[in-house]
Amino acid sequence: MTVSNPLPPGEESLAQDMELEAEGALVAQDAQAPWFARLPLVSHLRRSVGLQRAMLVVGLALTAALLLTALLAPIIAPYSFSATSADGQDFGTQLPLGSPGHLLGTTVSGFDVLSRVIWGTRTAVAVMACAVVASLFIGVLLGLVSGYVGGWLDRILVMLADAVYAFPSLLLAIVMSIVISGGQSSAWGGILAAAISITVVFVPQYFRVIRAEVVRLKAEPFVEAAKVVGTGHGRIMGTHLLRNATRTLPLIFTLNSSEAILTLAALGFLGFGIEPTSAAEWGYDLNRAMSDATSGIWWTGLFPGLAIVLSVLGVTLVGESINDLNDPRLRTRRPARRRSGSVTAATAATSATAAASSPAAKEARA
Amino acid sequence: MSAAAPHSTPSGGADGTRYAADGTRSAVDGARLEAGARPEADASAARLSIRDLGITFATDGGDVRAVDGVSLDVDPGRILAIVGESGSGKSVTARSILGLLPETATQSGAVLVSGTDVVGLSGARLRAVRGEDVSMVFQEPSSALNPVFPIWWQMGEGLRAHDPKITRKQIRAKAVESLRAVGIPDPEERIDRFPDEFSGGQKQRIMIAMALSLGAELIVADEPTTALDVTVQAEILELLRDVRDRFGTSIIVITHNMGVVADLADEVAVMYAGRIIERADVRELFAHPREEYTRKLLGAVPHLGGDSAWTALSTAEQEAIEAAEPVVVAKDLVIEYPGRLGRPAFRAVHGVDLMIRQGEVYGLVGESGSGKTTIGRTIAGLEKATSGSLRVLGHEMIGISERAFKPVRREIGFVFQDPATSFNPHLTIEECIAEPLVVHERGMSARDRTARVRSLLESVELPGDYARRFPHELSGGQRQRVSLARALVLNPTLLIADEPTSALDVSVQATVLELFRQLQAELGFAALFISHDLAVVDSLAHRIGVLYRGELVESGHGPDVLHRPTHDYTRRLIASLPVPDPVEQAERRRVFQKNWGDRVD
Repeated sequence: MTVSNPLPPGEESLAQDMELEAEGALVAQDAQAPWFARLPLVSHLRRSVGLQRAMLVVGLALTAALLLTALLAPIIAPYSFSATSADGQDFGTQLPLGSPGHLLGTTVSGFDVLSRVIWGTRTAVAVMACAVVASLFIGVLLGLVSGYVGGWLDRILVMLADAVYAFPSLLLAIVMSIVISGGQSSAWGGILAAAISITVVFVPQYFRVIRAEVVRLKAEPFVEAAKVVGTGHGRIMGTHLLRNATRTLPLIFTLNSSEAILTLAALGFLGFGIEPTSAAEWGYDLNRAMSDATSGIWWTGLFPGLAIVLSVLGVTLVGESINDLNDPRLRTRRPARRRSGSVTAATAATSATAAASSPAAKEARA
Repeated sequence: MSAAAPHSTPSGGADGTRYAADGTRSAVDGARLEAGARPEADASAARLSIRDLGITFATDGGDVRAVDGVSLDVDPGRILAIVGESGSGKSVTARSILGLLPETATQSGAVLVSGTDVVGLSGARLRAVRGEDVSMVFQEPSSALNPVFPIWWQMGEGLRAHDPKITRKQIRAKAVESLRAVGIPDPEERIDRFPDEFSGGQKQRIMIAMALSLGAELIVADEPTTALDVTVQAEILELLRDVRDRFGTSIIVITHNMGVVADLADEVAVMYAGRIIERADVRELFAHPREEYTRKLLGAVPHLGGDSAWTALSTAEQEAIEAAEPVVVAKDLVIEYPGRLGRPAFRAVHGVDLMIRQGEVYGLVGESGSGKTTIGRTIAGLEKATSGSLRVLGHEMIGISERAFKPVRREIGFVFQDPATSFNPHLTIEECIAEPLVVHERGMSARDRTARVRSLLESVELPGDYARRFPHELSGGQRQRVSLARALVLNPTLLIADEPTSALDVSVQATVLELFRQLQAELGFAALFISHDLAVVDSLAHRIGVLYRGELVESGHGPDVLHRPTHDYTRRLIASLPVPDPVEQAERRRVFQKNWGDRVD
């Protein structure tokens, strides 16, 4: 990706206005599109071009594959995640790649690697959903209130968020998983343990981002305009602040999803995860595959690892592309064809912003 | 470096030789433009020679042609002003001279700076041109300087870039020399200071000094005085003229202010929709504008004392206003912003007395930081008054609770300065205008609300179907009309307008001001009109108050303040305001120089 021209000096003070302007451009542009084209990812896809589009498409394909696999796991997977035998016959341990009935071989404990990898998507998606949804709601709510109210409440909440940052997140997750599951290892117990521990770590991120946006927005004239007419606090927060502050959420949402997968894998790898009989979990499988690697049995470790890499990569690519596409200064556009386009008095000086239609031109003609 | 240096544009150099052929479409423009200009100058001698420049931007809405077939020349020691409305392509043209266009732009044609074509130039060769041949002065001097380095270091950066072997001692000597040239007192001592220790005007002087220290023969100044106060503006304009006289520097000034043009320029190029539609000597242009558009542009500029709102009233109307009930009464009003821990509070307004009567428009003038916006915001309940007394619609504002003030809010309308940020981008125009109704008229049905919004759009002269549009789809002037509609939706007794037209183009400003005048006469609300532009205030306000450093130094009816000012600051303010007439302005400049010329801010 090329480094875009920084704003020329003298226009930095307009940078904030430009953000609002860009937001307005997107809203206005989307309002004319049919409803399905207004959906977050669809509208991003329509706006993207070149390398950014390729990144987004690859990310979406990987993520869709992850979700579909999770949904259809019972149909796709040849065996259950906890099966070591079928029809009363043991699979046998450490079968090589391509063994009959075991495409990816079996592990040292006699599990079918392919089935474990496929079922593992379910655990990953469940943790992702629980963790991200919980932290999203708590973080956004706290950030909104903290940024808007300000004062001592804000100071205390920021301090708490900083304190959470100070913990190594994995250590916190380990402590939480012990506290929550109490050493038990049922599927949902394990998933929730991981999810809640991840939530605790992620809430400050949402909190910080939303708070920063709200602090910036609440000084904007349109919020003051609402204050001047006597609009209530609830309406200001809901209608004016929240709707404008959520632009960066898809990015954190996706980045945190990938981080959730990694944290779950790390917990499993360290032995704080879910028992293999309760649910399939890639981190646990990696842990068990460690000793295999030295004896030349690479397939038990490679495939769970690959699953982790691909799911994280997919979700991260989606997040990164959304971030670039939301920022008019990072978004690439089709290069202008020479001598095309009508002569319009566009707001060309600030054309780094998304000038969907050029209002100045309308006025000039009027 | 020769004029024939090969060049290419981002999308290929297919028509690289067009400017040389000089037989295409631009010849028509060129012939017409040169007819009004001075005798044919040798193209190679020109400091800057733009030939058939075209710039296209790739945007989400498709390609936008921002500059189309622009050709111009600037000779040594001449000052060319490029004027036009926002979006006319004047800034883009200026930026292309330094190769400062964003990467979404595609250029064609040629820009010859001292014989080097900068179109398609990049890397080391472009950097060699920047600084040595051409330099730029930006609009906002505060953000053009790096706050963490001393002045001499920042000046040295450019010097080092062009001469890597230069010593620290030489840099400092050069910095002192050029700072002295731009009139910064004690340059030896002050080169070690940091940017925040200088005022806005001084920072702009430093920017000009930087251009001079590199020996730039051409300075491109993009709205160099827009961010400055009028009194400082006069000094910077004087400096630019002085630089030209002493060093023979050519200057291109981009501005929308016709007063600045009249004061500074030798020649003027008027841009409209990406083209230069008229180019003439400054006196010729102001006296005999050829194009209809230029005439309109000049006609829209408010003249100081040209049409005073107070003298436009009949005696009966004047008496009626004098006898009306006061809406806002301030007595010895003090407004302070609390200081940070351990620091004293900042006193923005010191003991101001003012009174706004029913149906009266009170114009508050002052430079930035004079406290005029603070007063407006305090009356609207956005800031708290510290001491003294401020009665708004019969309510004492000192110590009033939000709950007690809420019913008063429906009587107050507020129009903000920046039309770009004063609307929630997620709400339609209808929702924006109806917001006060939703808050204060809970019982009102959706149908009544829509009807009220429609009638208001009509009264601000916008089509009714704009109700369904989003703010972004409107131009600045249209948004300011919507802003006015939103402020008037509850039929307020008092309207506060904080620089409502300062972000607009002159011609748009004229129509918005006219609308404001009409609506005020029709609805009879009292208004506080805040502005830094004395001419605008006088055309609108019945009474004018002049604020200087938080104190109200002058107050009275328009003609009294303009013709019989009592305070020295008011006199200086009036004298430093450039009028859009080169002949009159030359005389005014002489008077200003005589009385205040030795003063450096």
